[in-house]
Amino acid sequence: MVTLTIDGQKVTVQPGTTILEAAKKVGLSIPVLCHHPDQEVKAVCRVCVVEVKGSRTFQAACSFPVAEGMEVRTNTPAVREARKAVVELMLATHPDDCLQCERNLRCELQALAEQLGIREVRFERRVKEIPEDHSSPSLFRDPSKCIACRRCVYTCNQVQGVGILHPVNRGWETYVAPAWGRGLMEVACALCGQCIHACPVGAISERDQVEEVWAVLADPKKHVVVQTAPATRVALGEEVGLPSGAIVTGKMVAALRRLGFDRVFDTDFTADLTIMEEGHELLHRLKTGGVLPMFTSCSPGWIKYIEHFYPEYLPNLSTCKSPQQMFGALAKTYYAEKAGIDPADIYVVSIMPCTAKKFEAMRPEMNSSGHRDVDVVLTTRELGRMIREAGIQFENLPNEDYDDPLGISTGAAVIFGATGGVMEAALRTAYEVVTGRELPGLDFEPVRGLQGIKEAEVDVDGIRLKVAVGHGLGNAHQIMERVKKGDASWHFVEIMCCPGGCIGGGGQPIPTNTAVRLERIKGIYQADKDLPMRKSHDNPAVHQIYREFLNEPLGHRSHELLHTHYTPRRRYGVPGGAGEN
Amino acid sequence: MQFHRAHVLVCHGTNCSLKAPQSIVDAFRGALKEHGLEQEVRVVETGCFGLCEQGPTVVVYPEGALYCRVTPGDVADIVAQHLLKGRMVERLLYREPALVKTVQTFPEAQYFQKQVRVVLRNCGLIDPESIEEYIARGGYLSLGKALTTMQPAEVVKVVSDSGLRGRGGAGFPTGLKWRFAARAERQPKYVVCNADEGEPGTFKDRLILEGDPHAVLEAMAICGYAVGASRGFIYIRGEYKLSIAMLETAIKRAREIGLLGANILGTGFDFDVEIRLGSGAYVCGEETALFESLEGGRGEPRIKPPYPTDRGLWGQPTVINNVETLANIPHIIEKGAEWFRGLGTPSTPGTKVFTLCGDIVNGGLIEVPMGITLREVIYDIGGGIPGGRQFKLAQTGGTSGGCVTEELLDVPMDYDSMAKAGTALGSGALLIMDDSHCIVDIAKSFARFFVHESCGKCVPCREGTKRIYDIVDGFSRGRGTARDLELLELLARTLYMTPLCPLGQTAPLPIMTTLKYFRDEYEAHMQGQACPAGVCPGLGSGLTKEVGAW
Repeated sequence: MVTLTIDGQKVTVQPGTTILEAAKKVGLSIPVLCHHPDQEVKAVCRVCVVEVKGSRTFQAACSFPVAEGMEVRTNTPAVREARKAVVELMLATHPDDCLQCERNLRCELQALAEQLGIREVRFERRVKEIPEDHSSPSLFRDPSKCIACRRCVYTCNQVQGVGILHPVNRGWETYVAPAWGRGLMEVACALCGQCIHACPVGAISERDQVEEVWAVLADPKKHVVVQTAPATRVALGEEVGLPSGAIVTGKMVAALRRLGFDRVFDTDFTADLTIMEEGHELLHRLKTGGVLPMFTSCSPGWIKYIEHFYPEYLPNLSTCKSPQQMFGALAKTYYAEKAGIDPADIYVVSIMPCTAKKFEAMRPEMNSSGHRDVDVVLTTRELGRMIREAGIQFENLPNEDYDDPLGISTGAAVIFGATGGVMEAALRTAYEVVTGRELPGLDFEPVRGLQGIKEAEVDVDGIRLKVAVGHGLGNAHQIMERVKKGDASWHFVEIMCCPGGCIGGGGQPIPTNTAVRLERIKGIYQADKDLPMRKSHDNPAVHQIYREFLNEPLGHRSHELLHTHYTPRRRYGVPGGAGEN
Repeated sequence: MQFHRAHVLVCHGTNCSLKAPQSIVDAFRGALKEHGLEQEVRVVETGCFGLCEQGPTVVVYPEGALYCRVTPGDVADIVAQHLLKGRMVERLLYREPALVKTVQTFPEAQYFQKQVRVVLRNCGLIDPESIEEYIARGGYLSLGKALTTMQPAEVVKVVSDSGLRGRGGAGFPTGLKWRFAARAERQPKYVVCNADEGEPGTFKDRLILEGDPHAVLEAMAICGYAVGASRGFIYIRGEYKLSIAMLETAIKRAREIGLLGANILGTGFDFDVEIRLGSGAYVCGEETALFESLEGGRGEPRIKPPYPTDRGLWGQPTVINNVETLANIPHIIEKGAEWFRGLGTPSTPGTKVFTLCGDIVNGGLIEVPMGITLREVIYDIGGGIPGGRQFKLAQTGGTSGGCVTEELLDVPMDYDSMAKAGTALGSGALLIMDDSHCIVDIAKSFARFFVHESCGKCVPCREGTKRIYDIVDGFSRGRGTARDLELLELLARTLYMTPLCPLGQTAPLPIMTTLKYFRDEYEAHMQGQACPAGVCPGLGSGLTKEVGAW
């Protein structure tokens, strides 16, 4: 153990502890900016500088390790002056449109300026005018706001392993962007949006489509239906001040009705349907010697990633559309028929935890009903904005139920929102479909939780089914490399693009970090437990749709509406836009 | 072996060869042939001789006659007079600045009198492409001594006892670095030679490598033996074409005769050296940024600690030493720590190689004992300020050093004394400026350098260097205000204390020292809208016309 003095207070900590951590033990929160609880230390913002006796310069508290007898002072006039100067230097080049900024009140730079009591910026205002990036349907980048803290660089490279965000240029002209300042659609970006969660300011956000939805809600000719993804119900509450992981399903439904949606449906219904289709696809592949391992296909960031990085493995992807796209296709066929509405007048809005879903909805092949399957995708954050703008007192809303028939779902669909959930839902169904016996216990613990790659073997009536679950593209990369090397004999692999699965998606409320992810995962499994039905094949609405419309899993109509194909894309050189090679 | 009655040493260092290319050597060979002397007289292309201002220089032995500013047209005279008839060519002999009399031989020249040539002892004397000449001067003896008679720990001890400190600018004890690396348990370990000499006005490492490349290779092998490394890298500026060529030849020759590679001198010790080229980023001279660049990444500094001896190149224990530091090693191993401590000052033993440039009569490459004063360097060695002008300031340690004014000329030049005086000994640039220069203009040029060279990683350096430039630029255009002066001081304090790496931490030094010693000049630009030196465009000199005219 090491004993040091911080602002006159003695503290004893483990060797290797940083000054920042040690200071917490004596009740001090040293201000930080480039620091992120889930990331390695970068020490580039220099906001957390402190005096260390005997050192010629100040030291960054976030990176400097403690030593025996060290004397640290965190609050001297010189330290305060330096911190203010550093923050003012950032502010002097940062656009001062805080009131209009998407991150207003959620901006760490803003909070820091407030914390340090900055009342004037002494340096001449010189905003770095860098072109905005509107290239992608999912994400919007405003590099003029970039403070080059490199948190997104860490996420994109170390966590997601995609590696398209880097510092470009040098010195004063440095900002973070894809190589040569290209647009996100001109590089191998998965559009996962994890960079948004990394960004302390408003340099990256989703493409905001709230206005499009307001417009269509105001259009009396349009029949606007909305679907809500599993992970939104444990996160939306954070947008309106509720604690992380709070289950707000019923209030969300009520809020969507008050916003003016004609029908409020649930993506969970098509998640159950996905289990039926994907489960049968897996059994078919197992029986007929098809391509294995089979990869799940519900995560559009993962799809774009594999298209860019491992296009030779596209045959391994399940051909199932994602639940969002299945929903869209059925809303404009099955539902249109049942409700007697011209599908051309039906407008499908999705509420998703995801930014890549915006891209997915725009893929050219996603129009099997003859219309766009899904017209607009809103992130959980965008829905939060609509609720706030409409002045809806979310907390006081009653709990309401989804509309029939596309609103009926099971706990198996809810857990799609957490890493391992699709696998668990599939196993619940596969076991019973294959064995014809009731599952003894529903919870498959080995596939739950935040471990990067989870593996399990399940005995399904004599077949030893080997499965793996990965979340975050960095783990997907490792899984793919193992598949490539041939040292993994998995049959079925679930991959979710975002760490933690959809509950940690790029469209989820800010902040999203490990602590918040864990709370949302807790919420997901609680919501599963709270539901009367917890197995997809028990869903009566699923039985009904097969009876009335689809006939059978993998049947002709399913293939037409619920299955899809993929597009090999290059990693370098050629724009990766939809349909482009 | 062939004996020659005379040797013609033609300086082929970059500075001289820029002024007189290969043509001087060719002229000598032609003229000697014409007179049938090619068997008697040998022409050697050597590395830098030091007296760059007077170049191209030619030294004729056995007399040691020092010929200056030689052109190909002069060669016929030297051959016909000196080599044939034994009469020196008076008109080409070196002339002391203050004297009318010529100096005949090079040890006589005042320029060399106060110099102690340890690192440079072979520069200008041997053919750098000949490993035999290096060996004949005692080269690789120290490697042999270390490998066959000393334990690795003894080598480390000798280097520690010598008190050698890093010559790249920081002055960190070399022996301590080696000891840390030797103690590290993880393998592999690496030895890196930092030849990314980037300080404007510094070209000592370039000339050392051009003139005596084997000294550095030998030192790296000794270091490898001492710390337990078998791979070395030389990270060198890509523009240093001649140094690179000399190193490539030297590495090839050393491998051929078994002084690099596997099982050196039959001792079972393996060591080899590879060259890696830098692309001109100043920050890559910072050791961790150098590693990043060497590994193929963006040249940006890392967080320290961990230090390179713990986690350096590819995260492995690494010794990184400057060219000049390494060039001292063979001498220390050969002659011992005591001998080395006999040179220089107690806190900084040894010599220092400087590149003397700017407003000085005799600029060039010099090596002096640590502790010499700048006054001696400027007036005794450099021959003073030309054109009858007055000394105004000297920039020591390159752009990131401070400014030394008249009152500091008698401070002993070693790491500690210079730091105490508020400047830095630095890497070895001595830029002398006379009173024709404007302090604001000088500061602006330094500030511009840092705007260009900041890597952009940390906020204070990325943003602050630009702000400093903008404010100083404002002063040079007569727009400076009292508030600007306050901001300049705020920025200087912030940059001095907060950046991630030494580039940013030293960037404000020129501003701090010029503000300290020449504040009145800044104020003149501000209040009187005048540039006293008449340099800044658009500003009057503020002086009467007659005075201003000079």
